[in-house]
Amino acid sequence: MQRFSRDQMAARVARDIPEGAYVNLGIGLPTLVANHLPRDREILLHSENGLLGMGPAPALSAQDPDLINAGKQPVTLLSGGAYFHHADSFAMMRGGHLDFCVLGAFQVSLRGDLANWHTGAAGAIPAVGGAMDLAIGAKNVYVMMEHQTKAGESKIAARCTYPVTAFQCVSRIYTDLAVIDVTSHGLVVLAIVDGLAFDELQRLTGVPLTNATTGVAA
Amino acid sequence: MLALTKRKNEAMINKIVASAAAAVADVLDGATVMIGGFGTAGMPSELIDALIAQGARDLTIVNNNAGNADTGLAALLKSRRVRKIICSFPRQTDSYVFDALYHAGEIELELVPQGNLAERIRAAGAGIGAFFTPTGYGTLLAKGKETRLIDGRYYVLEYPIHADVALIKAHRGDRWGNLVYRKTARNFGPIMASAAKCTIAQVREVVELGELDPEVIVTPGIFVQRIVQLLGAAMLAQPQATA
Repeated sequence: MQRFSRDQMAARVARDIPEGAYVNLGIGLPTLVANHLPRDREILLHSENGLLGMGPAPALSAQDPDLINAGKQPVTLLSGGAYFHHADSFAMMRGGHLDFCVLGAFQVSLRGDLANWHTGAAGAIPAVGGAMDLAIGAKNVYVMMEHQTKAGESKIAARCTYPVTAFQCVSRIYTDLAVIDVTSHGLVVLAIVDGLAFDELQRLTGVPLTNATTGVAA
Repeated sequence: MLALTKRKNEAMINKIVASAAAAVADVLDGATVMIGGFGTAGMPSELIDALIAQGARDLTIVNNNAGNADTGLAALLKSRRVRKIICSFPRQTDSYVFDALYHAGEIELELVPQGNLAERIRAAGAGIGAFFTPTGYGTLLAKGKETRLIDGRYYVLEYPIHADVALIKAHRGDRWGNLVYRKTARNFGPIMASAAKCTIAQVREVVELGELDPEVIVTPGIFVQRIVQLLGAAMLAQPQATA
């Protein structure tokens, strides 16, 4: 079966983020979105550890241990960017000032519950970081994840079996098979990977989907 | 200002301490100690080393993480002086010291969503008795906590975190304790400074009063009790670690 590559998923998310948006990109797959944001579009990236206007990774010789992102990787600051302390940073998140956050996930439920912080496995050391604050705080919560687990189970489920990060928070899901909106009327499919029929996507997903694709590939 | 300059040779406010060892000399066993930093950015490693040498034990530590590799906070954990850690993200690729203690049941973990951690610290410094936050509502991390429906949204009651001591790292400071930070090394420094009875700041440079532009001072000296000038080894951030 054909699938969207990680870069294709990231490009599709980037395409949906408009000029002027304040955006937080989560660790992992969402980080790739930054590489696909058009250079001529002014979009301000927020990092939970206290910067707004985050720029790309610096050359090795220009790395600064005092200038890192939430993943603790060296980054840069764009002209016009700002530094601030942690309480201000989370006020931006919790206070509804971010237009978008893009997060990875273990599972998303039919009504947009998100599970992405803890597998709940015995002996696993739980770590939450800023995941819960982002999930409840951003105006639009976009999730990027593979459509299925390695065992072939749908990661979009009637309800989350992993510990939940936040309830009814996800607005859109980008998977390697489809782009799906979470609405008050259920899950609405906006795009499907080339060569995959809606009925087959429905079969793989297991929870009811509505087809709103235009027939044009994403 | 005039009055102060006149009595130049009399007792003046001077929060500068000669060494990291002197700065942490009176930390008591059982103390709650906030430690600034996000990973290693802003971590006051030399003050932590001094605390290890000082020997206080049975500590409760407040930090975003639970130490990286074998230095700084990880070294403090390794020395078995820490009874409990309050943090948001203990699990990192190089947090093996914490991981081993946790699996052996030798350290207590209070896991707090990062924004709740920051706000609980801020609340302590601002004299707030408790606050309602939407973060964590309905999750494992809000289990057993009081909740309230306000204007159609559910919130969780969270209490402040006070500390006996805060160890933080800033860029420059003066003898009154005014501080400015450097880039993302600021992180928890300003809020921790306000939440502890005794805040100890290590700075790269002590400057004369008036040299810090009052428009850009981030932590006013009222929140700082001791300052120690330490050059601090520039540690490279760990590229693989996660938040």
